[in-house]
Amino acid sequence: MDFTHTEDRRMLADTIARFVRENYAFEARAEIVQSDAPFSRDRWSDFAELGLIGAQFEEQDGGFGGAGFDIAVVFEELGKGLVVEPFLATLLAGRTLVAAGNAEQKALLEAVISGETLLAFAHAEPQGRYGLSDIALRAEVDGGGYVLTGDKSVVFNGGAADQIVVLGRTSGNGADTDGLSLFLVDAQTAGLTRRAYKTIDGVGAAECRFDAVKVPSSALIGPKDKAYPIVEEIAGLGLLALSSEALGAMETAKTITLDYLQTRKQFGRPIGAFQALQHRMAEMLIEIEQMRSAVINAASALTSDRRSREMALSAAKYLTGKVGRLVAEDCIQLHGGIGMTWEYSLPHYSKRIVMIDHILGDEDHHLARYIALSKEAA
Amino acid sequence: MDMSFSSDERVFQDEVRTFLREKLPARLSAAVKAGKRLKKADYEEWHSLLNERGWLAVTWPEEYGGTGWSAVQRHIFEEECCAAGAPRTVPFGVNMLGPVLLKFGSEEQKAHYLPRILDGTDWWCQGYSEPGAGSDLASLKTRAVRDGDHYVVDGQKTWTTLGQHANWIFCLVRTSTNGKPQEGISFLLIDMATPGIEVRPILTLDGEHEVNEVFFDSVRVPVGNLVGEENKGWTYAKYLLTHERTNIAGVGFSNTALAHLKTIARDQRNQGRPLDDDPYFAARMARVEIELEAMKTTNLRVLAAAARGDAPGPESSMLKIKGTIIRQEINDLTRRALGPRAMPFVSEALDQGYNEEPIGPEYAAPIAREYFNNRKLSIFGGSNEIQKNIISKAILGL
Repeated sequence: MDFTHTEDRRMLADTIARFVRENYAFEARAEIVQSDAPFSRDRWSDFAELGLIGAQFEEQDGGFGGAGFDIAVVFEELGKGLVVEPFLATLLAGRTLVAAGNAEQKALLEAVISGETLLAFAHAEPQGRYGLSDIALRAEVDGGGYVLTGDKSVVFNGGAADQIVVLGRTSGNGADTDGLSLFLVDAQTAGLTRRAYKTIDGVGAAECRFDAVKVPSSALIGPKDKAYPIVEEIAGLGLLALSSEALGAMETAKTITLDYLQTRKQFGRPIGAFQALQHRMAEMLIEIEQMRSAVINAASALTSDRRSREMALSAAKYLTGKVGRLVAEDCIQLHGGIGMTWEYSLPHYSKRIVMIDHILGDEDHHLARYIALSKEAA
Repeated sequence: MDMSFSSDERVFQDEVRTFLREKLPARLSAAVKAGKRLKKADYEEWHSLLNERGWLAVTWPEEYGGTGWSAVQRHIFEEECCAAGAPRTVPFGVNMLGPVLLKFGSEEQKAHYLPRILDGTDWWCQGYSEPGAGSDLASLKTRAVRDGDHYVVDGQKTWTTLGQHANWIFCLVRTSTNGKPQEGISFLLIDMATPGIEVRPILTLDGEHEVNEVFFDSVRVPVGNLVGEENKGWTYAKYLLTHERTNIAGVGFSNTALAHLKTIARDQRNQGRPLDDDPYFAARMARVEIELEAMKTTNLRVLAAAARGDAPGPESSMLKIKGTIIRQEINDLTRRALGPRAMPFVSEALDQGYNEEPIGPEYAAPIAREYFNNRKLSIFGGSNEIQKNIISKAILGL
């Protein structure tokens, strides 16, 4: 039994940490977040050069990683640095191409891994909340291709993406898992309008409207009507990535807060000398260690059977929501007023940690899903 | 045991409702209900309408232009104002300084400052906290040194809410370093136009400008601006804090916020059904509603005791803690209710008169911001940790 990462992964983590320290410190990040651009193209190129994008893909697909622990290691470090560049979108869309793309679609990956081509993954819809199969965007067969009509909401990197992976309905209704298909759509295609904005934690996203967008039949990714298992597996990678990112952000938020408790003096001593605050820090530490274990469980479960895998992923995301709220709120509270200010790093961690609860299913969604999965035959 | 309002109180409640229906501008209540930013002029407009009716100074006696209301009447008024979507009364002049002047100010000070609070001539802000003096307020260091007919003030205040609008600030300053820290503090009124004062904005985590730092560099303040006695300011400050904690339960805010949450939970869809049909979410809403219903009665119990003449005591600490936990929980549920829709943030959408198509439902725009911004509720006015210390000492005798 050994709970340490391989040397390669430790080196990768160190590389990211050093790069973040030197080039992505709080002020540098603030500049990116406050700019009109959704993220920094320069930093994205740097990250590509450092191999952070490649680490999300296996060797046969042009990368040099792609396993659960590769994803976990990279995203934990990204979380520590509050990196806003489109790693999640790239992971979800890129790995969809890996899982089901044709040769031409897979050929895109080289430019994705080098940071030149930008991808987005458009699945969620205004009415769908967190339901992966609650898809109303229609993809109707039309001559030799398809016509896409419908709305996608909060598409990360949707504004900047060159190519968008779109989940549409080719048959069935409502939340039927049958009848879903994936398409690769060039962002410049006529009829596609994108309204870009930032989320409250500074990440670029867009609302995408598909108004009779025509795509050729070669735009289909994988089998028609049978995309759901692919989408579930890809979303699972996202759950692992987000839980890892949240873990990294929580670790840093805890460190910042601990440092504050040791330096901030009131009533003639560091406020960390007060038992009421010590116990809250202790509780936070316990919960974050639980989080770390849940992330390890999820990363190692990626290669297990579907039910075990999805249960471990939902467990991690459930704890991300639960522990995340505790850490995000307590870190602000333990700081007092200073923890509420824009110029200070801590509240930006809190914002990210809480907003991660809103991506790919929150605490309640994954608790319900865990219960449903546990009742399925093993 | 009688939990109902008296017939007089019910008549009063009708009177308040009629006033709000007739006088509260629809533009203002719409902005408040939609979570829009309010401008200085919006607050001033509402103050002026309240003042015309004689209902601005709800804690002052009638002879000074106040309402002379009982605690129960004040409670009814607050609840109705919240329900109607009235802007909050900016408390610094009317609810904080006013009571201090009434109790400890000279006749000249009362005659000069109180009417100016009522007619809106003065917008007050609060100079209490300092970078080194937060929970440990008595350790404040801003100095006031006597020089002839003036005090010369040097130092820095922080978390000065809406100080950017203020023309006067009431300050706790250190006039002596002898004895316990509490024994060398004085309460000083300072004209913000005095040379040597600089106000700098502090942006909060949501990018808003609500609080400020105020710097004092050799600011000359006439000795006549001292309230009460020199070095007795701590007594006045504590008196003010108990008034600050009046209505701290925020029942009206929680009522309104819970009603809004329910509307949103009915409108949002989860697996094709209203979110409030989801047993997990329904349970979360029920829990907070149960807490709120119980706290309403706790609040009324404290009010009833106050109506019998007991001053608001350490019980207000209990109300502050429970009240803020409930409000924050409702904020938390509201951001949860939105699902992915909580994430988009377009700051301009919170300006009145913003005409672009909203991202998602119109009600979504301010929700995540409110959740994060209201983390302040358990921090300001004496953090919840400090309130627990008060309960431990003053009620439990530990």
